[in-house]
Order: sequence, then C-alpha cells, then structure tokens
Amino acid sequence: MKPWGKKAKAAAAVLPGGPPPGDAPRDRSLVTPEGVDLRLRLGDGGERATALMIDLAIMLGVLIAFTLLTLLAFVGSRGKGGEVIATVWMLVFFVLRNLYFILFELTPGAATPGKRAMGLRVAARNGGRLTADAIFARNAMREIELYLPMGFLIVNGGQVGAWISLAGLAWCGVFLLFPLFNRDRLRVGDLVAGTWVVKAPTRKLVPDLVQSSRPSHGRFVFTQAHLDAYGVKELHVLEDVLRRYETKTVALVAARIRLKIGWKASPDESDGDFLAAYYAGLRGRLESRLLLGKRRKDKHDKS
Amino acid sequence: MAELHLKSYRFRAEREDDWRRLETLLAKVGKGSAKALSDEELLAMPVLYRQALSSLSVARATSLDQNLVDYLESLSTRAYFFVYGTRSSLVERLGGFFANEWPSAAKALWRETLFSFLLTQAGVAAAYFLTLHDPDWFSAFVPGDLANGRGPSASAEAMRATLYHKGGDNSGLSVFAAFLFTHNSGVAIFAFALGFAFCLPTAMLMAYNGCMLGAFLAAFGMKGLGFEAGGWLAIHGVTEIGAVILAGAAGLRIGWTLAFPGDLSRPAAMAQAGRQSATLMAGVVVMLFCAGILEGVGRQVIQNDFARYGIALVTLVLWPTYLYLPRRAKAVP
Repeated sequence: MKPWGKKAKAAAAVLPGGPPPGDAPRDRSLVTPEGVDLRLRLGDGGERATALMIDLAIMLGVLIAFTLLTLLAFVGSRGKGGEVIATVWMLVFFVLRNLYFILFELTPGAATPGKRAMGLRVAARNGGRLTADAIFARNAMREIELYLPMGFLIVNGGQVGAWISLAGLAWCGVFLLFPLFNRDRLRVGDLVAGTWVVKAPTRKLVPDLVQSSRPSHGRFVFTQAHLDAYGVKELHVLEDVLRRYETKTVALVAARIRLKIGWKASPDESDGDFLAAYYAGLRGRLESRLLLGKRRKDKHDKS
Repeated sequence: MAELHLKSYRFRAEREDDWRRLETLLAKVGKGSAKALSDEELLAMPVLYRQALSSLSVARATSLDQNLVDYLESLSTRAYFFVYGTRSSLVERLGGFFANEWPSAAKALWRETLFSFLLTQAGVAAAYFLTLHDPDWFSAFVPGDLANGRGPSASAEAMRATLYHKGGDNSGLSVFAAFLFTHNSGVAIFAFALGFAFCLPTAMLMAYNGCMLGAFLAAFGMKGLGFEAGGWLAIHGVTEIGAVILAGAAGLRIGWTLAFPGDLSRPAAMAQAGRQSATLMAGVVVMLFCAGILEGVGRQVIQNDFARYGIALVTLVLWPTYLYLPRRAKAVP
C-alpha cells in the first residue's frame, strides 16, 4: 500500500549547508522527490518555548488530576488497594515524564499538543522519514536539557554550596539555551537525532480578491501608465490591506495611490471599490508581464 | 471584464476542488490515523499530492495572489509529510525492534559496551580492595540512604538479615518493582544523555556505579557473607547492571561521535550515532523493566541462594545470546 514511498529517502534531500533560499533567515529548502522546493520555515525560539510551556502545563495538570484521583481511590478503598494504586501512580508518572513527548511525536502529526497549538512539527533534517529511534533520541536528551536544570532549580541549596548549585545551573544553561546559538535552532536532542522543528501551519484558502470585488468593476478603467506605478511587493501589501479591510488604512492607502498615479476621484466613488479595482488591474498587468518572464520586484524596479 | 481574463484566477477556479479534497483528506488523517481513510481515498492521496505540488510550481511562476501561494505551500507540505511519512503500524514497529533493530544496535556498539564494562569492572575492583583495606572507604562510595544500615560497622547478623526477606508477607512487592523500574530507567536515560558532554560524565557514572557495587561486596565479604550477597545481587543484578552498562555504552557513543565524527560531517555523524544509540536505549528500558520485576518480586519471593544463582545464570546466558548471537540478515527487498 505504499508504492510511492520507496524512493523517498534517496530522492528527497535538503541542500546541505548553503545560504537559505528565501529572504528570511529561517527559510530552508526541502526539495521533494518530485523536484519542488517546499521552502520550510523553522520554528523560532519563542514558538518552541511556548510549545514547551504548554506541554509542561498539560503534564503538570494531568499529574495533579491523577494524583487527586489516586488519593480519592485510596480513601475510597479504605487503604486496601494501596499497593495497586501506588504502582499505577508510579507507572503513570514514569509514562508522563518519559513517554509523553515520544508518544505524541510518534503520531502522524509528529507534534505534541503544545507544538500543534503553535503550528509546529518535528521533521527529519535530511528530508526522509521521521523514524521512531530519532524521536526516542531527541526526547531522551531532554533529561539533560530540561529535567536536570529543573532539578537544580528545585533542589535546596542546603546540601551543596550555593556556588556549586550556581555552577551546575550555568552548566545546564548551556544545554537549555543551546537552540539559541545555532543557525537551525537545534536542541541538543535535535542534533543527536538528526531532526528539526518546522512550521506546518494549516492555512485557509480564502476567496480570491479578484472574484469578490467583481461587481463594482466596470466603472474603473486604468491606463497602462496607471498600472505601471507599482511592482509585486506593493501588490502584496495592497492584498494584505484589502484582506484585513480596516476602514482607516483603506482610506489612507487609497488616497496615497490616487496621488501617486494622478487619479481623479469621482464624488461617489468608494475607497474600497477603487482599491479592489486597482488591485485587479495591477495584478492582471503584473501577471501578464510575469508570463513573459518579467517579474517586477517593486516600484523601483524599472525593467 | 478584465478579471475574467486573469489567467491566475482561471487557474485557481479549475483546480480548487482537488485542493479542497486533499485538504479534507488531510484533516481526516490529522484527527485519526491513516486507517481513517478508505482504500480509495488512500490511493487518491498521492495523485492529489502531486497535483497540489504541480499547482504550487505553476502558482509560484504565474500567480501573484499571495494567499494562494501560501495556501498551496502549506497544503503541499502537509501532504508531503503524510505521503512520505511513516505509516507502519505500532505492532510492525515493535516486531522489527525486537527482532532486528535492538540486537543490531547492541552489536554495532560492542566497542563502547566493552569499554563501559571495563570501567565498571575497574570501579568494582578499586572499591572492593580499598574497602577491604580500610572499611572507612565504604561510606565514601555508598551514600548513607542507599546503605540503609548496611556497612562495615554493622553486625554480621544484621547484614545477613538485609539479604533475606522476612516472613511470608509479600505485600508491597509490585510497588517496590515499579519504583525500582522507574528509578533505574531514569538513571539510565540520564547516563545516556550525559554522554553528550564528551563522554566524561558517563564514564564517571559507570566507574562510580562499579565503585558502589565493589564497596557493597567488600562490606559483605568482610563478614563472610560474600556468597549470600552474591546471590542477593546477581538475581537481578546481571540484568540491571548489564542494562546500565549498555546505557553507558550508548552515552559514550554519542560523546565520542561528537568529539570525533569520522568521515561524515559532524551533524550527520551525530544523527546516525544518536539514532543507533537511542535504539539501544529503548532496549535498556526494556531490560530494566525485567530487572525491576526480578528485583522487586523475584528476589523477595525466592530466598534460596542456589535458586537465586540459578536465575542469575539463566539471565547471564539469555541476554548475550539474544543480543550478540549472529542471526540471518534481514532479506533486502
């Protein structure tokens, strides 16, 4: 049932090293076996930290709830079922601490609830399959990255000197902050497992602006000169403005464009209609030039 | 009506249904597993995926609708991870792990295992002779809460009592076993993770582990209880110490690769070593589970020295046979 999976490992490849392809420093190219670059975006430090906080909160919540439950059960059984209850509690604690991340990352989504909430997922760095051993490796390393520093914070300094505690904490900090000091935002666990954490957001396909603005169109006729005022960058800004549709911004942008192209507004013309029509016109013009191989980057691009 | 002539608009209108279909299928997978899809849908998936990819290429080249390009990128990425992701079932994976991956990982790390074993041995020998020579060393090697009243200063009778389980009351054994398992697994995973700091902490842990063992044996040996203590220790110790040695080996492999990556680039070498030693670590957890049961239940129920030694001997034969005996290579498809 997997005729298409055979050659994946060999064919899919992330170009090693090299500068990132896009403008953003967090973009990485992932060329599928079909030869299309998917342009993955790495999860940044903030998102990863937030995801971890969410996961820790969930773990803590579950642990507290479960502990209360076992206490209730213990009281309910009048202390008779103590042995079974204690065993179960210990095993559940073990599963939570060591297997929470592993089990969630083994699912098809390859993400814990926290990562899912932040639109992140784990992926193999070489573009191949994400194997179970890699997931185990990246999460076993949490022992020194996460639990050890936490242990240092919790332990009371009475037993060892404050300086030793501090030195230990600093040493742990190296692992904890490791992701901030490399280009690919790799944890120690990611390094060991050959994985990384990428954004895999679910985006909605919203109606095309050209379609939704159709009725009001015929009234606006733009000349070639009008449409040559802007490039792709401005088009995308305009798209953004129209999609958000904040009245103030729309009015400002419309005034700005009218001024730039020297458009004389008729008294009953609405800013929104004007912008929508101009967007359609500009996109048509730029796309037809694109078909001829000319991509006009922005308004300063004179090609 | 210029907008109707926009090629990018027509392009989208023609293909949108297929994209939506792929999106629905992916949402279905996201909720359940791959089993949520019918055979027909499963077969349609790669076709829809390739359509989405080709749409993405075209859209990047011809469309200036930013939302459309973003949407297609996200859709293709999600579909890519599904189509080229893992889809073997849990049972298949587990079977492969026990039949193949674990033993072959153990074999691949034989050098580290040997080293880790020798370190432990050195620790045992050093602590044994030091404690025999001067009993004060015992407290240096064994922390007070672990010694639990045992030690050179305790009487032989008290020491003997710690070796055998009194009375027929077997309650609390499963708790004890669970505690031992979770505690030991934590320690083992810790030893593995510490290997990342260039082997040193792991090596120290291995040696120290050996030291505790040696000091214990010496303390009992001095009272003439060496044979009995051996049985008490060996029934679970063969499995448990074996597991800890393997965990140390996995940690050493990681630290060693970090320092000396060999022919591969450092990240690639690390990834390879990490996956291999992680497989071994999963096996270590399984071994510790067995050790926890042997220690928590077996040792308390079985009070006869010879029976204890017998079980120890069986484990001593079974584990190496399972892990290191050559087996037929997996048929390459």
